[in-house]
Amino acid sequence: MLLNYLKLTWKVLLRHPFYTFITLFGITLTLTVLMVLTSFLDHLFGTHYPENKRNRSLYITRLVQQDTTQQGRNMGPMSFEFLKKYAKSLKTPERVSITSLFGFANTYVNGKRIKLNTKYTDADFWGVTDFEFMDGKPYTERNINSGDHVVVITDDLRRQYFEDDGASVIGKYIDIESINYRVIGVVKGSPVTRPYTYGDVYFPYTAPKSNYQNKGMRGGFLAIVLARDEKDLPAIQAEFASGINKIPLPQTDGGFTFHVMKIAANQYLDDFAGTFLEGEDSRKVIVYSVIVFLMLMIMGLPAINLVNVNVSRIMERASEIGVRKAFGAPAKALLWQFIIENIFITFIGGLFALLLASLTIALINQSGWIPYADLTINFPVFAASIAVCLVFGLLSGVLPAMRMSKLKIVDALKA
Amino acid sequence: MKFNIIFSNQNIKYSYPQLAVLQLTNIDKTYRTSSVETLALNNINLHVEKGEFISVMGPSGCGKSTLLNIMGLLDEPSGGEISIDGSRVINYRDKELAQLRNEKLGFIFQSFHLINDLSVLDNVEIPLLYRKTSAKVRRELAQEALEKVGLSNRMKHFPKQLSGGQKQRVAIARAIVGRPEIILADEPTGNLDSVMGNEILDILQNLNGDGATIVMVTHDDAMAQRTHRLVRLFDGTQVL
Repeated sequence: MLLNYLKLTWKVLLRHPFYTFITLFGITLTLTVLMVLTSFLDHLFGTHYPENKRNRSLYITRLVQQDTTQQGRNMGPMSFEFLKKYAKSLKTPERVSITSLFGFANTYVNGKRIKLNTKYTDADFWGVTDFEFMDGKPYTERNINSGDHVVVITDDLRRQYFEDDGASVIGKYIDIESINYRVIGVVKGSPVTRPYTYGDVYFPYTAPKSNYQNKGMRGGFLAIVLARDEKDLPAIQAEFASGINKIPLPQTDGGFTFHVMKIAANQYLDDFAGTFLEGEDSRKVIVYSVIVFLMLMIMGLPAINLVNVNVSRIMERASEIGVRKAFGAPAKALLWQFIIENIFITFIGGLFALLLASLTIALINQSGWIPYADLTINFPVFAASIAVCLVFGLLSGVLPAMRMSKLKIVDALKA
Repeated sequence: MKFNIIFSNQNIKYSYPQLAVLQLTNIDKTYRTSSVETLALNNINLHVEKGEFISVMGPSGCGKSTLLNIMGLLDEPSGGEISIDGSRVINYRDKELAQLRNEKLGFIFQSFHLINDLSVLDNVEIPLLYRKTSAKVRRELAQEALEKVGLSNRMKHFPKQLSGGQKQRVAIARAIVGRPEIILADEPTGNLDSVMGNEILDILQNLNGDGATIVMVTHDDAMAQRTHRLVRLFDGTQVL
């Protein structure tokens, strides 16, 4: 029966090529936008280089201090000391890294200024992430403890600063803010959309200007906690929360007395949502709802338009509906026939969209708009695209199909 | 099993079981608009026995097609009762009506109503799509039905490649492929010339000879003469 439906759909499509072109054009364009959007969301929130272990990582990035009496509030990253005491000491994780958010510095080559995004990290940073070392190696605890002026740079910075001729730059020096640092490793860079790993140059946290000795609670650092297994994440969250709960309140930090302190180890999406949404339990739902709402909105208008096109297309086939009903097709079977047909058309559009989206993504990746952008149509994106095609097919097909399947047989045969 | 004797308008004797395969009791059909009420059928009673070949005649607009549509459960009567193969069709839901149409009834329309985008074979298979039949069996039954109407050499053709007579033969094959109890033909020769019309009636007579019950609406006296019994309508009322 399915083959029969598909055969018929194909014939119907060929019947009016221009009409089919317009329909497919609309579907393709809509689905391309959705596929690129899905790919971008996957790029933002999925598990990708160099955060290949994001699925079993927790992020401690914000400390909120609230003074309930005066309605005062401080929010931001934490000090190295604070994280060392409450995150680094965790027993359940495989590894905990403390790293700064990116800062800025300048370097000059042949009188030309290069703006640098800097990051101060501990040695575990290279363990919780999966940076690809194109040359050299990461700095170690020993480099950190002895206060070595060493750095890991990205291949992009190597190209700019050393005017890359293909030779190794390991052991060469780079002058940053009037201090000479020895290059110890060269990594393939992380996209700017991954702020916890993005940087042009990575320093050991003991390097100058890192402020790692700041004794207060707040500072410029965050922690990435790597679990041995995804299943351990709740236990790690509980262990971290238990340590935090032992901090007596109220407290004074940097001259600010606070009565409430909020800090949590969250998974990446939850952590991202936490930057602009309150309510730890509901914010993930809100983010998903907003994404689904946006996608439905993008799909909605073309879908409504397609409903109209479909109604007229199906109306042409009233006689067929009459015949099928006369020979025993229940309304439900016809409903499914038209839905399947519509999904089939949507999938043809989806196929074109997949090609167009791949092209768009390749253009985005090569444009340099997002440094180190690695948008892809991988399996999750492909699966999401299939789901999007299905939803679109259903959205635009159900209503006309319902209307047509309820046609009276005698009326349909007369049409 | 009891048998009764029914006389056709040609006074030829036929023997059939007494059980009515189709029974219409006090059937009315009224079409209503906001200002006008039109009585299309008025108190029709009809008893069709298994194996009968009945023709329904009457002037244009007398309700012949309406009657056939009601017999075929394609339209609802405004009053009265229909029984098909002993089952009273009362308060049937869409699914049950569809099943009855699929298993018990086969339709032949004046304008063929073939699906132009499907091949002859695919058109004939349509009634079987709504049964639990494998694709292989569907194909075999459709081929068999087409052989019966002499179109086994046109299976891969599309309706647009056929003559009117051939189209109607395809429509007949589609009507009989599911081996229904009753075949309802609405002016099956109406769009054909007399030669083709006679060929179609030959096929219907053969099918009837094989045991099919046929009710045929026609304008043509000569065609009606070749059936067992004539039902005549005038202004929605049964006069014969």
